[in-house]
Amino acid sequence: MDLTNEDVADILAVLDSLPYDELDLQTPRFRLTLRRAPGGGWTESSQILSEPAGLTGVGAPLAPADGANGASAPTASSAPGAAGLVAVTAPLPGTFYRAPRPGAAPFVEVGDEVHEDTVVAIVETMKLMNSVHAGTRGRVAEICVRNAEPTVQGVTLMWIAPDPA
Amino acid sequence: MNHGFRRVLIANRGEIAARVIRTCRRLGIETVLAVSDADAGSRPARLADATIRVGPAAATASYLNVDAVVAAAVSAKADAVHPGYGFLSENPRLARACAAAGIIFIGPAVDTLEATGDKLAAREHAVAAGLPVLPGGHVLPGSANATELARRIGFPVLVKAAGGGGGRGLRVVREAADLAHAVAVASAEAAAAFGDARVYLERYVSRGRHVEVQLLGDGEHVIHLGDRDCSVQRRYQKLIEEAPAPLLSDPLRDGLRAAAVALGERLRYRGAGTVEFLADTGSDAFYFLEVNARIQVEHPVTEAITGLDLVEEQIAIAEGRPLRLAQHDVTFTGHAIECRVNAEDPDHGFLPSPGTITTAVFPAGVRVDTHVQAGSSVPPHYDSLLAKLVAHGADRDQALIRLREALDRCEIGGVTTNLRMHRALLADGEFERGGVDTGYLERVWVGVVARG
Repeated sequence: MDLTNEDVADILAVLDSLPYDELDLQTPRFRLTLRRAPGGGWTESSQILSEPAGLTGVGAPLAPADGANGASAPTASSAPGAAGLVAVTAPLPGTFYRAPRPGAAPFVEVGDEVHEDTVVAIVETMKLMNSVHAGTRGRVAEICVRNAEPTVQGVTLMWIAPDPA
Repeated sequence: MNHGFRRVLIANRGEIAARVIRTCRRLGIETVLAVSDADAGSRPARLADATIRVGPAAATASYLNVDAVVAAAVSAKADAVHPGYGFLSENPRLARACAAAGIIFIGPAVDTLEATGDKLAAREHAVAAGLPVLPGGHVLPGSANATELARRIGFPVLVKAAGGGGGRGLRVVREAADLAHAVAVASAEAAAAFGDARVYLERYVSRGRHVEVQLLGDGEHVIHLGDRDCSVQRRYQKLIEEAPAPLLSDPLRDGLRAAAVALGERLRYRGAGTVEFLADTGSDAFYFLEVNARIQVEHPVTEAITGLDLVEEQIAIAEGRPLRLAQHDVTFTGHAIECRVNAEDPDHGFLPSPGTITTAVFPAGVRVDTHVQAGSSVPPHYDSLLAKLVAHGADRDQALIRLREALDRCEIGGVTTNLRMHRALLADGEFERGGVDTGYLERVWVGVVARG
């Protein structure tokens, strides 16, 4: 059961004339909480409690539940690499891309010289392409994530061997 | 084919999935929701009569996978597929594959999708239908001709995805040196979002208004359901929309509506669609931008002032029925404003903010279209829209007051949202006066330009 906005408006019309400030209604399938807001009007918070129904006998088994995505993604790592290397980390969770577009040459390869502003990768989050900068002047020592792999925020994408100061 | 659908596969996610489920339920149509692994436990998945997996979290492997979607529709024994917006909603391959499988695609005819999906082909149709367009042209693969084309158009130019829409794959380029990189990035975005890497250039107009006209057609007759203004944008993503477009002169409004209908008639348009224009309110001139051959995010403002359910009309048309309304049956009541609540941080360059929703309290008494509730995951794989708040009033002032009050009663926890920015914008005098141009948000909201 999903209450429409019209249903809620009807309930509010009844509630408005009553001396109550809150309605909390729970069924096995949903929970609806209506509260009088301090500044006037009402707030609504609802939760659909019923579990998603599968389509019997078709399709692959569903993944466990909401929030399970990213379970196989590399975990955030702040562990220092080999002595003297500086990490380039993912600014956001998303998908790591080594090249500006499919089929194009990667931004950098191991051994390439980079400076602070060199774009070394893209992390795509919510359809936005976020450029990842080297942040350090030096050479690319290692690329830790494979192209098009999911990344979590803060994960080390690459190691840079900085130029001697 | 003059019979109603029994079961519809919804090949989408997020608030539009919940929105389509609602209308289907009211019409007595069973819903099967296509879900990726990231959405298997989502609120729409709980609302649907059944769910069917279409693939892993990455959209390219699930919601953008034509074979997986059609296989899901066949497995689900669905009569029809509702594609929502974005993803495969305007993809002629999906429409064709549905037809081949004996399933109805709830959307325009394949040739219309091909004509409107290729933005340059759409421009040619617009010209043929007598609509004014901005100067522009295709970037050929390798982008060797891009610089010359851009010089011919004159900088700044806008790099657009030929297969695009919804603001993705768009880049402003102010000088020739930046062109190649912008074309490459726009092309990558377009490839990731639409599976089509082609881009084209068009003259960039910094101060215009984004006004669009909603169409409904049955392949023979085309009517309009009025106009909308969507000028409050950042990086070509709409944030606030309203209907009708405020402060348009009568000749401009009539001209826009007539132009949209003329193009719809030329395309023998079937279904719900939108013709987007750039309007110069100073001179009452307007230019065709593109046709969106699908339901749009901002359709609720049109529903509010017309009293129609656009998804219901889409379904009726897809069932093979002629339009149930003539132009004179369409009446407009009052004014409606919608704001898009996104999981993004407007104080830090609109950085996306995926995560888990801990609190989801919405204003009661106004329309809220959402797919989140406490406990919902906001995956990083998809766009950042969390909810649309839609206020309707007898006039614009009243709608604005209602939307401000509604925003004050909205509380979302667990992810960063743009609620604070919406409150600030709706309190801003320039927005209150109405008729802001597409550069408005970047001028008034510090931080947008910083990240650009």
